[in-house]
Amino acid sequence: MTEIDDHIDDHIDDHVDPMSVSYGPVDDWANDLDHADPEYNRRAHEIWHDLREGGCPVARSDRYGGMWAPLTHELIKEVAYDTDHFTSQGVIVNRGRPIAPPPVGPAPPITSDPPFHQIARRLLLPPFSPKRIEAWEDDVRDLCRGLLADMGDLEPGQGVVDAAVQYAQHIPVNVIARMLGFPTTDDEYFRECVHAFLERVNEPVDAREADGPHLDVYLDRQIDEHRANPRDDLTTFLLEAEIDGNKLSHAHVRGSMVLLLIAGIDTTWSAIGSAIWHLASHPDDLERLTAEPELMPFAVEEFLRAYAPVTMARLVKDDVDFHGCPMKADDWVLLPFPAANRDPAFFDDAESFVIDRAENRHAAFGLGIHRCLGSNLARLELRVAIEEFIARFPRFSLDGETRWSVGQIRGPRELPVRIDAVA
Amino acid sequence: MRVSVNTELCQGHNRCYALAPELFDVDDYGTAVVIGDGTVAPDLEDKARLAVANCPEYAITIEDDAS
Ligand code: HEM
Ligand code: SF4
Repeated sequence: MTEIDDHIDDHIDDHVDPMSVSYGPVDDWANDLDHADPEYNRRAHEIWHDLREGGCPVARSDRYGGMWAPLTHELIKEVAYDTDHFTSQGVIVNRGRPIAPPPVGPAPPITSDPPFHQIARRLLLPPFSPKRIEAWEDDVRDLCRGLLADMGDLEPGQGVVDAAVQYAQHIPVNVIARMLGFPTTDDEYFRECVHAFLERVNEPVDAREADGPHLDVYLDRQIDEHRANPRDDLTTFLLEAEIDGNKLSHAHVRGSMVLLLIAGIDTTWSAIGSAIWHLASHPDDLERLTAEPELMPFAVEEFLRAYAPVTMARLVKDDVDFHGCPMKADDWVLLPFPAANRDPAFFDDAESFVIDRAENRHAAFGLGIHRCLGSNLARLELRVAIEEFIARFPRFSLDGETRWSVGQIRGPRELPVRIDAVA
Repeated sequence: MRVSVNTELCQGHNRCYALAPELFDVDDYGTAVVIGDGTVAPDLEDKARLAVANCPEYAITIEDDAS
C-alpha cells in the first residue's frame, strides 16, 4: 500500500463501489469512456480524433463514480486554470475519493490547491530549476551509455533489444533515486510501486491494498536513515526545509517524496519509449535527426507534443454546468493534455509529426499553476537518452508487438526493436 | 523591438530561456526575466519571435518600436 493509497484508504467514501469487479471493455467512448481500458492507450489518437470529429468535445462515463473528459485544448486549459471549480485533491482517477484534509492533499504540491499549493511548490522549485538540473547532464549521459553497453554486441539486422525494458525504464528511476539519496539497487521495487499506483486503478480498492508494495514503510525507513545521516540530497533537503520557520510535517515530507518518485518515473520512461517508438517506425525522421543534430531541441518538443505521456485529473468541487455538461460534486474530470496537443483547432497539422515544428506551445507538462516541476529534468533525460541511443544505433526498426501502458500515463512498456546499424 | 514577460502568467516552462538565452534568463524558481531592459538587437528578432511562439502560457509579449 502506498502513501497515497493509505490516505485513500483512511478516508474512503463508501458510496463508491469498492467491492465490485473490474470494469469491462468500452463500446461507446463518448458516453462510457474508460482511460484504463487497454484499448484506450493503444488507440488514443484515433479515439480523440473520432470523438472530436463526431462532435463530442467532452466525453463522459459513469465509471469511477462519474467522470468527464474534455478533449480540446481550449476546454482542457479552462479546467486546468480554474482552481475555483476544480480541485487537485485527487489527480489519479480511481474508484475511491481522497478526503485528505484540504488544502494540502496526500502528495503536496500536486494534490494541493491555492493558496497552500504555491507554498509547497516554491519549496521544491529551486532544486529543479534549469540551472541546477543542467548539472546532472553528465550523470544522465553516463547512465545511458552504461545501459547501451550492457546490451552487448549486436549483429546489425539480427540483434533485437527491448528499448522500453532494457533502456528507457531504467533512466528516470535511477536518476530520481540518486537525487533522493536512495540505493539505486532498489529500482525494481520503485517500478513496482509506480505500477501499483498508476496502472491498477480500475481494480477494486481492497484488492489493491491487499498486495500493495507498502511504499510508506520503505520511505519511513529512508527518512529515519537520513535523519541519522543527513547528506546532500532531496530527502535531507525536505527534512530541513521550513515553512514560516516550522519544519514540514512528516506527512508533507513523505507525501512529497512519494510524489517525486511517482511523478518522475513512468512519465519520463513513457516519453523516452514513445520517442524511440516513433523513430523506429519513421525512418525518415530517424535519418534526419542523425544527420542534423541541431534539430534535437525542436524534435524533443515535438516528441513531447505528439506523444505527451501524461493525463492528469481534477475533482469537481460543487455541482457546476460546464459548457452544458452537468458536472456533479466529486465527479472526476480527466485532463488529457495529450489530446490538447493533437487538437487541430490549436495546432497546424496537429496529427502529423513535424520534426522541426517552430511554433509549439504544447501542453505536455500541463498548463497553469501545476506546470510539471520536473520538466527541466524530464527534458534533459529525454534529450540525452535519444542522443545516446541514436549515436550508438543510427538505424533501427520495430520488431514485433509494442505493448502500451494502461491508465493515465501513456507509453510503451515493451518495445522490441531490431538494430539495423551499430556505430 | 522589445520583449517583456508577464510574471503572473509565466509558470516556468523555460521554453524562452532554452530558445533565446540571449534575451531571457530564469531565476532560482524557474520564472523568466528579460535580460537588461528587454531591447532586442536586430539579429535576435527571429529568436524573440520563436520564444513567443513557444510559450505555452502566452506570457511573453513583443512591442515593435514605433517608427
Ligand atoms: C516527460 C516526463 C514528464 C511529463 C510529461 C510530466 C507531466 C506533468 C504534468 C502534465 C503535470 C501537471 C499536473 C497537473 O496539472 O495536475 C506534472 C506535475 C508534476 N510533475 Fe511532471 N512530468 C514528467 C516528468 C517529471 C519528473 C521527472 C518529475 C520529478 C522528478 C516530475 C515531477 C512533477 C511534480 C512534482 C509535479 C507537481 C507540480 C505541482 O503540482 O505544482 N515530473 N507533470
Ligand atoms: S516560456 Fe513562458 S512560461 Fe516558460 S519561462 Fe518563458 S515566459 Fe515563462
